[in-house]
Amino acid sequence: MIGKTCHFTSESGTATVVGVTAQLALDDAGLRRLLHGLPPADQVGADARAARLGTRSIKTTAKAEALDLAVRMVDLTTLEGADTPGKVRALCAKGAHPEPNQPDCPSVAAICVYGDMVATAKAALAGTGIKVASVATAFPSGRAPLAVKLADTAAAVEAGADEIDMVIDRGAFLAGRYGAVAEEIAAVKQACRTGGHDAHLKVILETGELATYDNVKRASWLAMLSGADFIKTSTGKVSPAATLPVTLLMLESVRDFRAQTGRQVGVKPAGGIRTAKDAIKYLVTVNETAGPDWLSPDWFRFGASSLLNDLLLQRRKLATGVYSGPDYVTVD
Amino acid sequence: MSETKKADAKKTEPKKAEAKKTPKTGKASKAAPQEAVVTSPAPAPTPAPAAPRSSVRKTYKLYIGGAFPRSESGRSYVVTAPSGEFLANAAQASRKDARDAVRAARSAQAGWAKATAYNRGQILYRIAEMMEERRDQFAQQIASVEGVNVAAGYAQVDAAVDRWVWYAGWSDKLMQVLGSANPVAGPYWNISSPEPTGVVALLAPARPTLLGLTSVLAPAIVGGNAVVVVAPDAAAVPAVTLGEVMATSDLPGGVVNILTGAPAELAPWLASHLDVNALDLAGIEAGSTLARDLEVSAAENLKRVVRPAAGYDWSADPGLARVKPFLETKTVWHPVGI
Repeated sequence: MIGKTCHFTSESGTATVVGVTAQLALDDAGLRRLLHGLPPADQVGADARAARLGTRSIKTTAKAEALDLAVRMVDLTTLEGADTPGKVRALCAKGAHPEPNQPDCPSVAAICVYGDMVATAKAALAGTGIKVASVATAFPSGRAPLAVKLADTAAAVEAGADEIDMVIDRGAFLAGRYGAVAEEIAAVKQACRTGGHDAHLKVILETGELATYDNVKRASWLAMLSGADFIKTSTGKVSPAATLPVTLLMLESVRDFRAQTGRQVGVKPAGGIRTAKDAIKYLVTVNETAGPDWLSPDWFRFGASSLLNDLLLQRRKLATGVYSGPDYVTVD
Repeated sequence: MSETKKADAKKTEPKKAEAKKTPKTGKASKAAPQEAVVTSPAPAPTPAPAAPRSSVRKTYKLYIGGAFPRSESGRSYVVTAPSGEFLANAAQASRKDARDAVRAARSAQAGWAKATAYNRGQILYRIAEMMEERRDQFAQQIASVEGVNVAAGYAQVDAAVDRWVWYAGWSDKLMQVLGSANPVAGPYWNISSPEPTGVVALLAPARPTLLGLTSVLAPAIVGGNAVVVVAPDAAAVPAVTLGEVMATSDLPGGVVNILTGAPAELAPWLASHLDVNALDLAGIEAGSTLARDLEVSAAENLKRVVRPAAGYDWSADPGLARVKPFLETKTVWHPVGI
């Protein structure tokens, strides 16, 4: 991937990238020229736009459809030091049949666990079609030598992970060593192909640590240029985690990236999305920003654990007409 | 840019000059120590007749989770005196406000139940103290809302305050009166104790406004439940004031949530809500179809229901009739001698 050249054409929003129509090497200097040449992120505008999109009213049949879509997009996650095989198996069972007595309720997209739990999850999900996602590369801090990160990734892939959620080296990114970050992402992408597998690579930007919206935009482009299949907001271990304006910026980035390179990249907000109402706001934002092409579990995911319960409660409210309560869903 | 700064500086100059002058006058008064009383330095010119002050009207809002939000629906209704005179615009709660209130009550309930009985009693007594402080305000409101004279208003406030004190006293005595150590045939201690049932929805009676509200609220929260209370129609006015009392009485936010509006609209949502554990139908007409329907909805998750009684006397000694239905008995077996 490194040393590969990118060619940008001249239409659409990110017009300044046009300046890089020349063949561009992904080294520090080239990346800096490219990333700092992106049009600046409009923070006030993004916040205002996100707030306005959050006021859209989605009701009745549209709401029912949105809830089911959101369930299908959930990466049901458990990333605790106290995870046990039993807990992972219980989570897999829940992901496969969120409402055991309602066959029309879809299953989630994936179960997201630590690398050592991949085999357990894979066995529990056999035959369900649900993916196993594993965090890797010294999650959540990303502070480990590259060799360790690659071994971490390769082990998860060997154990059967279909998707790898890696964290970028925020320290290197903030220090301006874009080449190092790009190289690492490309190397991990290579590790995803260990042993003839082809695991999807989600790159966690940890936007809560990137300080500015410009950095979020640059990190998004950097990850996409380096071969990410998905860009993900956060680990869920840092506050603030996913926010609507940041996700909006990332959606704009994947839209512009596809317009310029023809390659579609997915987006995954993670952390802090707890209510069905929030999830629907995100879906509205996806539709209005990136477009309906992204309204599918292949291109948009929610990294969440408690969100699923609220989605189920809202589904029941629509079905039965009475408010349900937390006593009637699993405690996980 | 610089021009505007200059202009600003010019504007502020006269003010500075004034500020400098005042300390001088202060010194002047110090220079004359024989004057024991410091008087104003110069005789004030006769004030110009004040412009008529515009009135500051109160917005009557809901009380949910310790905050005072407007209704989510944005609706309000006019509260009038029996004479037809306009009294206030009150927030008309919607089913979503009811849902939010239940959520607030649920999240506050565990903490309130965990507080010691002594502490809960203190807080209930504190509510009485705060109401006593607003005695005049409550008496005026009751008089205007119910169309009675102010003396009757005062009588009702006093009865309500006394009732809070009475229930405050019960807080650390419920265990002794309602619990028991049971004789069993075996080497065990067998102990029964009352536990709060959880979230209780209360439909307060329309009359008497404040005493009725107090008489359904206090017994429900004294045992450790969190409540959502619907104050019907005109009762909104003293109910909102009672909410302000709650907010300043160390009562954790969310333990009491007050909705104002139409009970016929809100009650079915509360009765069918699966996260509500008990229902007091005091404000619903006894024997009505609504009362029956609410009881049917409540059966879905086996809510404890207190039926409305026709001609109930709210000023009579209530005993523990409204405390017991919202407490469940927990019995523990414990081996003896270990």
